[in-house]
Amino acid sequence: MPVNSEKIMQQLLLAVAFSALSALLLIAVFIISQGLPFIFRYGLGEFLFSSQWNPQAGKFGIFPMVVSTLWVTLGAMAIGAPLGVAGAVFLTEFVPRTVMRIIKPAIELLAGIPSVVYGFIGVMVLAPLIRDHLGGPGLSLLAGSIILGIMILPTIISISIDSIMAVPKSYREGSLALGATVWQTVRMVTLPAARSGIAASIILAMGRAIGETMAVIMVTGNSVKIPGSALEPVRTLTANIALEMGYATGMHRQALFATGVVLFVVIMILNFSASYVMRQRKARR
Amino acid sequence: MIKLLRSPLMVLVTAVLILGCGKNKQSITLAGSTAFQPFAEKLAEQYMAANPGASITVQGGGSAVGIQSALSGAAQIGMADLVNLPPEARELNATIVARDGIAVVINPANKVKDLTLDQLRDIFNGKIKNWKAVGGADKDITVVSREAGSGTRTSFEEIVTGIDLSGNALIQDSNGTIRETVANDAGAIGYLSHGLLNEKIKAVLLDGQECTTEKIMAQKYKLVRPIFLLTKAQPGAEVQSVIDYILSAEGQQTIQQNGLIPAK
Repeated sequence: MPVNSEKIMQQLLLAVAFSALSALLLIAVFIISQGLPFIFRYGLGEFLFSSQWNPQAGKFGIFPMVVSTLWVTLGAMAIGAPLGVAGAVFLTEFVPRTVMRIIKPAIELLAGIPSVVYGFIGVMVLAPLIRDHLGGPGLSLLAGSIILGIMILPTIISISIDSIMAVPKSYREGSLALGATVWQTVRMVTLPAARSGIAASIILAMGRAIGETMAVIMVTGNSVKIPGSALEPVRTLTANIALEMGYATGMHRQALFATGVVLFVVIMILNFSASYVMRQRKARR
Repeated sequence: MIKLLRSPLMVLVTAVLILGCGKNKQSITLAGSTAFQPFAEKLAEQYMAANPGASITVQGGGSAVGIQSALSGAAQIGMADLVNLPPEARELNATIVARDGIAVVINPANKVKDLTLDQLRDIFNGKIKNWKAVGGADKDITVVSREAGSGTRTSFEEIVTGIDLSGNALIQDSNGTIRETVANDAGAIGYLSHGLLNEKIKAVLLDGQECTTEKIMAQKYKLVRPIFLLTKAQPGAEVQSVIDYILSAEGQQTIQQNGLIPAK
């Protein structure tokens, strides 16, 4: 009897595991089957590199949105990565473990705040600040980068903490025994040893930044153009899909699915590189 | 995705209908314009209270969805709020059941009171960039518009004519977010449904005309769009009676009480 129930449980878990996989597969097949015909008909080059996005006139060029997505993501990384890694180093190396055990879950709670709330704070607090002190309409590339930079902190901090904690104690002890200060140990021993884990955390955070939609729609202003400065409004790929999906029919709808294909490919590349970096770390040890 | 979400719901609704009340109820679906959706829901409630045998479902989705679902038969009645219906809607019966004014709004801190259609066009084209050019303070204009395909935007651009929206325009995805943006930015200008005006924003006079129910009914205020109900060539008796109810004095009163302008 116990053997039997074990078998049933095993089969059940297998089915559950494969259901997640098949859901992913279904999504991929659906998006690609909807988007690819459009790309073939319209031309990949024209679709990716034309700056004209005017669905009513049959013009579907997503280049400004590709550029904007990259800028917003880079901006978010520039803000989130240094803060996140510094935070992780501080929590692991410079405060007692008990303090870390309180602060780390608190930071992870940040990940649970719905993105509309971040967007709302962005619109109500951040945008007016930018408009009054730096100029421009406030809803801008800069506002998007700052909000996203904060939203990715939990990802970077918790994965970085895990990889810094995984550095063997003997490394630090060796360094300290040689007379290095705590900071020298962190800089020359701990961080290089945890490098691949930290890199993976940053890549995963980048995936989150690219995929974020709600907060970005609220704070970036959504103009379709290549930004000339950080204070100008921009529209990202995800925002484009979410904004226009409700009205789109025919070619327009297919074009939005094709935009989804582009996003899907980008996020796949990021995830594969993240898991590649992670595997490197395991292989080396 | 909306379809996927809707289908289990439909199954549930159908199941409840079949199991719950053995006698067959007439079921009519209205779909489309999000601007008219809340009014349609209210009217459907009233109609169902008066006719216990009827069952009306109201769905949103936007004017394009309204036209498509009326054509495909997914909904018996499509709702659309466009100045000119697209060519594919020509084979449908269109009835105007209400009108909706589009108010041009600015921040209350802005001292500009009156704009002409020509000035409005140049502002949205990006030719006029500073409020000084239209009698305001020396301040940059922030143009706020809706996304491509929006019924409000399509109507606005068709009435003002000649708008090739400036690349610097902010795009917001609903009447509500347009209102927030304009309320928060002293240099902003946007447009929204006249029923959604409040004290946080200020409507400007357009060619000297105020955006009010009276001016719209007297056809003095120019930015007005009709709200259409679309049916296939020969609507059934039940469908016709729903439309008749919306056009009746009681239906039109409900429309007016809730901020739209009655058709008659």
